[in-house]
Amino acid sequence: MPAIPRAFPDRASVAPAKPALAFAPHFAPMSARRLYIFGGIALIAAGLLFGDIFAVFILHQNAALQGEALIAASRAVAAGNAAAVNEVFAHLGSVLEDRGTKVDAHVHMIGAGYLALLLALVQPYIALSRQTKKSLAVLFIAGGVLLPVGIFLIHYVGLTASPFTAIGWASVLADSAGALLILVLIVQAWGFRKYLRSRQLSEPELPEEDSMPRRALLTGGTILVLLGFLHGAYYAGALLYEHERMETAILQRLINAATAGNLDAAATEVNNFGGLAGARAVNIAAHSHIIEFGLLAMLLSFVQPFVFLSEKWKRRWVKVLLGGSVILPVFVLLELKFGLLAGGIADIGGLMVMVALVGMLAGILRYSGGLEVAVNKSAEGAR
Amino acid sequence: MTGSRKLLIFGGMALAAFGMLYGLQYALFVEHQTLDHMGGSLAQSFTAAASRNLGQSQTALEQYGETKYDYVRQVDAHSHWIGLAMLMIVLGVIFERVNFSEGIRQLVAFSLLAGSALFPLAIILQTYHHGALVLKALAVVASGLVIAALAATAWGFARPRTTA
Repeated sequence: MPAIPRAFPDRASVAPAKPALAFAPHFAPMSARRLYIFGGIALIAAGLLFGDIFAVFILHQNAALQGEALIAASRAVAAGNAAAVNEVFAHLGSVLEDRGTKVDAHVHMIGAGYLALLLALVQPYIALSRQTKKSLAVLFIAGGVLLPVGIFLIHYVGLTASPFTAIGWASVLADSAGALLILVLIVQAWGFRKYLRSRQLSEPELPEEDSMPRRALLTGGTILVLLGFLHGAYYAGALLYEHERMETAILQRLINAATAGNLDAAATEVNNFGGLAGARAVNIAAHSHIIEFGLLAMLLSFVQPFVFLSEKWKRRWVKVLLGGSVILPVFVLLELKFGLLAGGIADIGGLMVMVALVGMLAGILRYSGGLEVAVNKSAEGAR
Repeated sequence: MTGSRKLLIFGGMALAAFGMLYGLQYALFVEHQTLDHMGGSLAQSFTAAASRNLGQSQTALEQYGETKYDYVRQVDAHSHWIGLAMLMIVLGVIFERVNFSEGIRQLVAFSLLAGSALFPLAIILQTYHHGALVLKALAVVASGLVIAALAATAWGFARPRTTA
């Protein structure tokens, strides 16, 4: 049997494992699986970066603007000036839209990235031609990029030149991109149905590899998702309905205080409202982030055989990723007690996940190129 | 491919597509109007208070509370359907590593599918019957099914390999 030359002769420890070599032709440049993996990880990393920027530079400032708007509204109520109230609420609507569209852009970008990684995993069971699968991958990544971009632009484009009464062109872009994702998913389901009839894999399944990074990501990911479910169940059972009742009660007291001309009491209620909004936001953020990171860890466990890094570095990135995945949700929850200090540590957790993702992505990039060289040379040697 | 894997992958893809379709129709036909109504009700409760019409202010505030109750649940159901579907697909790819007999794996997969479909459905139905105990109970049972199935899966991953 001819020797397989090393793709990176100066780094003997990063030579690909045998199962990965068997998989190589189906991980060729621009294959559907490669597009999904690269596109998916890039979308997730970009979504995390956007989320971190949003958390540091926009989130708290936006909350302060909401508080200021409610104070202004209570003053207008105290003065009996209904027109001023309307002006304040038009401004408040804009502030809320600014926040909401950014949160949605962050969530949808990461969600599309997860779906892309998922589709990469199920490609062997999609009985469609290679070209069709590739075209679908291009469409999916395009939709995954355009959907959050459209959502982000909603606040800035508004209803400019729109023929509709409530939907602007940015919404049309976002909705069209969402429809594109759905279309791709429906075609994938059809391809899966074809596989069930033929029972023939269209490409090799993912290689079996029982390495420490893979086991750690799989086990850690499952535990993170389970913890997230338990926290969600606790929040829904113990806090959700109470928070909903508290919101209308606080607003009622705020209106009553403002009507009575008691602006100090109104300001206290605005603070209470801000505290409640903060409590809801951190609980929901902790719940969603711990589950998302758990799912991400599970997904990344599959691509570990293709992270062309030394075992030591693979373990490092796994530890950084799992560490960040715990730090972010835990310190988001602690923001209620420790304020911005905990918020800053949570942001560092997000940064750790992002850095680990980029590290793994770099390993995947190195892997694919090197492997193709190794396989081609091996084939030439065999001839 | 085993029956449990088929159930998770095919069920997950169908659930994700359904969740997305639901989200799309909601975004196109309901969300903008709901947000307008929600903001409008809150603004109206303050303007009515400024005009010293406290009865109208109270009614508008109640409308705001009800609209927000519905909005939160609609968005939650959409995101939970898709999120749970993604988890099902991921687990479907590696479900043979869950070291139980295929019969138990099918039971776990079915619990995951049933819980993932019913939990968000129970949440959405609450928007038509605010505070209905039956629907709250259905949401609790369905989410319990998902948690139990995931705990069983984690246990199956941790068990030493005894079955194929």
